[in-house]
Amino acid sequence: MIEIENLTKQFGHKTAVDHLSFSVRKGEVLGFLGPNGAGKSTTMRMITGFLPPSGGDARICGLSILSNPREAKQKIGYLPESAPLYNDMTVIGFLRFCAGIRGLNGSARKEAVERAIETCFLQRVAQQSIDTLSKGYRHRTCLAQALLHDPEVLILDEPTDGLDPNQKYEVRQLIKRLGETKAILFSTHILEEVEAACTRALIVDRGRIVEDGTPAELVARGNGSLTELFRKVTTLDRAAA
Amino acid sequence: MRNILTIFKREFVSYFSRPIAYAIIVVFILFAKGMTFTFGSFIASGDASLNYSFFSFHPWLFMLLAPALGMGMWADEQRNGTIELLGTFPISPWSIIFGKYLAAVSVWFITLVLTFPIVIAVNWLGHPDNGIILSGYIGSFLTCCTFLAITMFFSACTRDQVVCLIVSVLVCFVMVICGFDGFTLQVSRILGREAVESIASIGVIDHFSALTSGAFRLQDLVWFLSIIGGSLLGTSAILTAKRA
Repeated sequence: MIEIENLTKQFGHKTAVDHLSFSVRKGEVLGFLGPNGAGKSTTMRMITGFLPPSGGDARICGLSILSNPREAKQKIGYLPESAPLYNDMTVIGFLRFCAGIRGLNGSARKEAVERAIETCFLQRVAQQSIDTLSKGYRHRTCLAQALLHDPEVLILDEPTDGLDPNQKYEVRQLIKRLGETKAILFSTHILEEVEAACTRALIVDRGRIVEDGTPAELVARGNGSLTELFRKVTTLDRAAA
Repeated sequence: MRNILTIFKREFVSYFSRPIAYAIIVVFILFAKGMTFTFGSFIASGDASLNYSFFSFHPWLFMLLAPALGMGMWADEQRNGTIELLGTFPISPWSIIFGKYLAAVSVWFITLVLTFPIVIAVNWLGHPDNGIILSGYIGSFLTCCTFLAITMFFSACTRDQVVCLIVSVLVCFVMVICGFDGFTLQVSRILGREAVESIASIGVIDHFSALTSGAFRLQDLVWFLSIIGGSLLGTSAILTAKRA
């Protein structure tokens, strides 16, 4: 469902993503791990068509994001890292707007918005203005936006960032449930999350894949600890500098 | 087309869900009318036209108020990160640019429509040529659209609204002053008459006053549309370049 081939991004002389290749199949939840600045968000931005790659291509359900951007984008639900929202709108107004952009109208739009509100537990704040929401609700509103059109592929950039333990648990359960029928790529810093929600995980460092395997395999490679493996295969900030 | 409408609706409602649109409407009407009855000597001149007394002040007001309305068009999106959402929606960048631009233009259209009491007043007091008044409104609206397009371009260049406001006001000011009589007189004294013509050609006043005096010339329309078109193209180029 997601096929990445030699994806590369250079900012000036700096290579943020270096010939990255991997794929995510339907029913798979791929955890995307790596230290800060490893190129996770840049990779996701290229897959979703926000950033043009310097080289390589990403195919979503067989559609190239470079040659068929509109069709490919239609298949993706994307939660950006900072969960950006329009603060002057209400939650329901924002979701209606996003559904409209996705080509949903009339009763289809109403149903999609209701379903997304229900899935992300937003009933209590649906009529509330977005600038009055707490961080957890803001994150879930942005996640709801990604689910509106029931996409086949979900790209989630740190979906549990800033959530309290209860919300984290709920979002992980949600990812697990959605992963049964979709292809999900999600990035995280929290290593336990990988064991809790992923069927497979990649560790990237300085734009390259350094580990790839199921959570159990990775834990075994780290002598029983994913943290141990992570520390072993990734570069420390000061070493990178 | 449907996407332009969706973006347009969001932006248009957003202007009115914040104080910005109301502030622009009130300030513009207040100043436009205030100037008509003071500097414009609307009553004292006894002339049943709006050319000097009403329209001639518009470029000066637009120069400040059009950038004030438009400075957040892209700057806000870039600061809040919502540009990333827009960039990953399955719509063309042009739908977003047109939708946003039309929403800002519509706020100004409403503002100009709301100055209608002056038209009623001048018709009640005398027998004006309403065709010239309509042409004046068209000139006024096109000037405002031009300044909005320029503001949109600078808004795409920076995420800082204040920088956008300052630069846009400056550029619009240059376009207004270049055709202003007091300024062109000084220029002709120093540099001669030929220089005046080339300087005035940069300015908006030449094209604006042709319309307010009722002359509907194709060259003016082309001038306005090419500046608007150029600014929108520039906006698209800047947004693309920023992502690369």
